Amino acid sequence: MLNIKNLQVGLEEENKQILKGVDLEIGEGEVHAIMGPNGSGKSTTSYVLAGKDGYEVTEGSATLNGQELLDMEPDERAAAGLFLAFQYPVEIPGVGNMTFLRTAVNAQRKARGEEELSAGEFLKVVREKAKTLKIDADMLKRPVNVGFSGGEKKRNEILQMAMLEPKMCVLDETDSGLDVDAMKLVAEGVNALRDGKRSFLVITHYQRLLDHIKPDVVHIMANGRIVKTGGPELALEVENNGYADILAEVG
Amino acid sequence: MVAQPKLDQGAALLAAYAQPSGAAWMNDARAKARASFAAMGAPHKRDEYWKYTDPSALTAIPTADADLFSTDAPIMFDEIDRVKITFVDGVFDADQSDDLALAGCSIETLADVAATDIHWAKELFGTLEAAGQDPVERPLAALNTALATQGLVIRVTGTCPKPLAIRYVHASETSDALVRHLIKVEKGASLTVLESGAGAARFNSVLEVDVADKGAFHHVRSQGRDHERKTVTHMFARLGTESLFNSFTLTVNGVLTRNEVVLELLGDDTQATVAGACAGDGASFHHDDTVFITHDAVNCESRQVFKKVLRNGATGVFQGKILVQPDAQKTDGYQISQGLLLDDDSNFLAKPELEIYADDVACSHGSTVGAIDEDALFYLGSRGVPHKQAQDMLTLAFLGEALDEIADEALRGEIETRLGAWMERR
Repeated sequence: MLNIKNLQVGLEEENKQILKGVDLEIGEGEVHAIMGPNGSGKSTTSYVLAGKDGYEVTEGSATLNGQELLDMEPDERAAAGLFLAFQYPVEIPGVGNMTFLRTAVNAQRKARGEEELSAGEFLKVVREKAKTLKIDADMLKRPVNVGFSGGEKKRNEILQMAMLEPKMCVLDETDSGLDVDAMKLVAEGVNALRDGKRSFLVITHYQRLLDHIKPDVVHIMANGRIVKTGGPELALEVENNGYADILAEVG
Repeated sequence: MVAQPKLDQGAALLAAYAQPSGAAWMNDARAKARASFAAMGAPHKRDEYWKYTDPSALTAIPTADADLFSTDAPIMFDEIDRVKITFVDGVFDADQSDDLALAGCSIETLADVAATDIHWAKELFGTLEAAGQDPVERPLAALNTALATQGLVIRVTGTCPKPLAIRYVHASETSDALVRHLIKVEKGASLTVLESGAGAARFNSVLEVDVADKGAFHHVRSQGRDHERKTVTHMFARLGTESLFNSFTLTVNGVLTRNEVVLELLGDDTQATVAGACAGDGASFHHDDTVFITHDAVNCESRQVFKKVLRNGATGVFQGKILVQPDAQKTDGYQISQGLLLDDDSNFLAKPELEIYADDVACSHGSTVGAIDEDALFYLGSRGVPHKQAQDMLTLAFLGEALDEIADEALRGEIETRLGAWMERR
């Protein structure tokens, strides 16, 4: 599904290397987690995959089902099946959440040569999916993320994911700023989308999210590289001992 | 001491037009305005009030030609059930207008009224314009009073059954038109006026609107898209107790537009809104909203909401003032002006002013200028919305706050369609 090879990335504005050769392969239906200390390059990885400005890829590739993502515009990557759930979802005053969702869904359908959803069809689907995420009609009417609580913003990200039905979902610290109940709700939303085909990359600081979204593979990222890869037990090790032991072990 | 070049240019302007003649009262009103204009002279870019907008194209003799604009787009407000009234190069065209006989609403042409010896308009014509000359001079409005022969004189006594839709057709490349409307909304009456079109190569329009107690006046205007047109408009309104005033203007294209609105809230519990959305493209585009709202009564609310999207070197100007007189307690004044610059070459110049002499008022104002939000663009992109579409969405969202001031949904829809078409053409 997602295949990242020797990805090296710096900041455009300053001469600073952030990713120093990331290798990562995620198969169909797999759930991978990336953990790591602050500043290790986790969020940069997610932004570079989604195509945010300001980063310079100096080396390497990232392909989604064989298509090179790094050559595409952000919207093309989305149409190809990539979805990034933002750590800090952006507020867009003046654009209603419903309009935003429908525009996004139809833009992707159009890009893939599919017929656009009518207002009626769309409304039916969105209401149903919003209900399971406890997103009320009022939240759908309000401008995108404006005045939403931290939990509402993250639930809104998952709603977008559910509506867009991507192949590859990247969740950037989706647990940050959430209380236990909100995290459970978000995790349930994510788990509902696990169908054996869709793949996930879950970026997190803490093991607790992985109690709810069970990963197949856990990677530890430090200083711009994946330094260790293992099973779910690796996350427990981090939870108990912190990163210091692992980092010392890999030098 | 008025600078001599201003006086000279003023005299030249007066000499360039024929002085109309009508009934004695009309001749008096015109003579007063003529004298007032002669004393003020023509506006000049050195005038404080014209600091950001060079008026020379509005005072040049003769006016520069303006190419005619042709489009396949449906005419504005075509979907609205309305009374159609047409002016071609500033001249009323009865053939292209509906029957003006309506229940509850009397509509006459200025040409007819000006020749009538005894008419209610005598008490009103030119008076709101004259009152609006203090504390800031508006010479081009006085010029209009002195010289305009074309326009409508409207008196509403009930609820006008349909909006009056005035369409200004620009048919000659050299036309230089002065149009004058006088509107009297009687106690408890209600009227909606729609205006659209460029009107002429150079178009000077003045509306005087007198809204009596509990009256309501709604106004939606879409200024013509002819690229080289030059327009100066003035709207003077006097508002009675518990009355309602709501005016919205959309401007796309045109080389020079100056829209002045002068409101006086004279009765208690009055609500007034003036809003505008403007989309400008190109270094020759210059658009100026100049608003002066005076609160002279208790518990009144006024709103000014102006949004401008500018690209490729376009310039937008906002000069807005709220004046709260000593007795106008419980005033609620709101003023926002915002520029969205789509590139580094465009300019937005704003002069928001509050002058408050009462001590129990709430007045808020804000003025901002900025670029499109890159984070929002990326967010939309990451959801699959292509760059151009995302930019248009954010641009429309930016203008949305101004469009939201239009109370009528169908009219707001017409304005949104027009704006959408503007973006499609880019």
